[in-house]
Amino acid sequence: MSNKKLGRGVAVVGAGMSKFGAFPDKSSRDLFVEAFQSMRGSVDKEFDPADIETIYIGNFSSDLFEAQSHTAPIMADVVGLASRPTMRIEDACASSGVAMRQGILAIASGLYDIALVGGTEKMTNLPTAEVTDTLAAAADTLYEIPAGFTFPGFYAAIASAYMHKYGMKPEHLMSVAIKNHENGTLNPNAQFGVTIPAWMEGRKKSAEKKGKPIPTWKDEMEFLHDDRANPMIAWPLRLFDCSPITDGATAVLLVAEDIAKQFTDHPLHIIGSGQASDAALHDRDDLTSIGAARQASQEAYAMAGVMPKDVRIAEVHDCFTIAEVVATEDLGFFEPGEGFKAAEDRVTARDGAKPINTSGGLKSKGHPVGASGVGQTVEIFKQMRGQAGERQVAGDIPLGLTHNVGGTGGTCVVHIYERRD
Amino acid sequence: MTTERPFTAASFRQFLNEKKLMGSHCSNCDKSYLPPRAICSHCFGDQMEWVEIKGAGKLAAFTSIYIAPTTMIEAGYGRDKPYLAGVVELDEGVKISAQILGLDASKPEDVKIGTQLVAEFVERGEGEEKKIALAFRAE
Repeated sequence: MSNKKLGRGVAVVGAGMSKFGAFPDKSSRDLFVEAFQSMRGSVDKEFDPADIETIYIGNFSSDLFEAQSHTAPIMADVVGLASRPTMRIEDACASSGVAMRQGILAIASGLYDIALVGGTEKMTNLPTAEVTDTLAAAADTLYEIPAGFTFPGFYAAIASAYMHKYGMKPEHLMSVAIKNHENGTLNPNAQFGVTIPAWMEGRKKSAEKKGKPIPTWKDEMEFLHDDRANPMIAWPLRLFDCSPITDGATAVLLVAEDIAKQFTDHPLHIIGSGQASDAALHDRDDLTSIGAARQASQEAYAMAGVMPKDVRIAEVHDCFTIAEVVATEDLGFFEPGEGFKAAEDRVTARDGAKPINTSGGLKSKGHPVGASGVGQTVEIFKQMRGQAGERQVAGDIPLGLTHNVGGTGGTCVVHIYERRD
Repeated sequence: MTTERPFTAASFRQFLNEKKLMGSHCSNCDKSYLPPRAICSHCFGDQMEWVEIKGAGKLAAFTSIYIAPTTMIEAGYGRDKPYLAGVVELDEGVKISAQILGLDASKPEDVKIGTQLVAEFVERGEGEEKKIALAFRAE
């Protein structure tokens, strides 16, 4: 692989997000205002928003979710930036990860010095069946959807091939859900900021209140095996293996490296960026790995001149629990077939050797699809600068990584961040 | 002549309605594609011809779906009646997504990857709306 470099260095100097959840009275523009204000508040030194020169917005389907197309100029306008060039990027759940890459390329080209990159998705206006149909439009609607596949179904099929090849059991996936809910509990912006034990207590109390029989789960695993508490969605994936339907917005401020210190003494330098695409799931040789993630990460590692072992923390695309297991292998953190063992052994826990999804991941933090990619950068920005509060990973974090997937792996974009101060 | 049909999804569906599973074949590098492609992703050539896929294969990956999309709900599936969807690897070496029949969707843990399957052309809808959907059945 050729070792491609950016034309010039780019740094992240601000990162923020709206609260993630279900907000019936907020449109995506309201959420983007929150994300923008949160980003502004994160810039350490003086910053005039009027200096922003260009805007990239990741959004999957405001068209179907909110009957609103052409959203990028609206997002620019609501934060006072009308007149700047804007662009909406749609790459399914990787929309804002790819928007981030476009912002990086715009600065690296030399044309702009300061770019705003955001993501938005407002999903909860529609009933669940219509959300399922809208998300399914990110798959191959001519050849995959007529087979009866749904998004959980695709990842479930990947899980079936993985279980067959490596001997994983559905129980192993539950350890990913347990960990990500633990992390999400410590994230004030998370949609489901409760641990699974706390969830179980809530269910018991609710049963007691309604005069129904009180469940007698002895531990988390028993709860997660309960067909009523944790119903099957697409075998082997149950409800707690799936990320939720979420409203949310995210924003980061990217600047040319040579002016980064005007904004903060602690910028994150983007040292690696990789992106790849792939065919429909049935057209791939290996159904236990996401080829685009392998290719995008190899490109990012080559650009950065670092190895997977050098990465201290990562936010990976855990739209489903199996997706996190596969991601940690595709990124080279673990050998193929070892990712599920690492999750079970808590290597990927906050206090493990390779903390993954300290934000709670898409699983617990929430998954407003077009906003999720930049949302990953928000967490890495906080963690690497020691601002992650109760969920802060101990010790120095010189290198972080984000991994954002669109569809079942039709798109993957990977970024590597470095602290030099 | 069926061989003069363009290499499109519409042609693929037209063949399905005639109960034929058809892919495209690059006469330049002898590679077959299912679903059909107009351009060979190996040599980028467009010297394609239609090739009939025999329809025998094995299960490569699958799931049993309990939360169904609207089209499958309309076909009578859902929480109380899950169905199997899978990726099937045909004897010709190509793969395709399809509904899987003849195995118990309520016992997915008993379904085995590698199970031998044959193509089945399932009629959906009534009258003018009648279409053939591709499925595979365990032998």
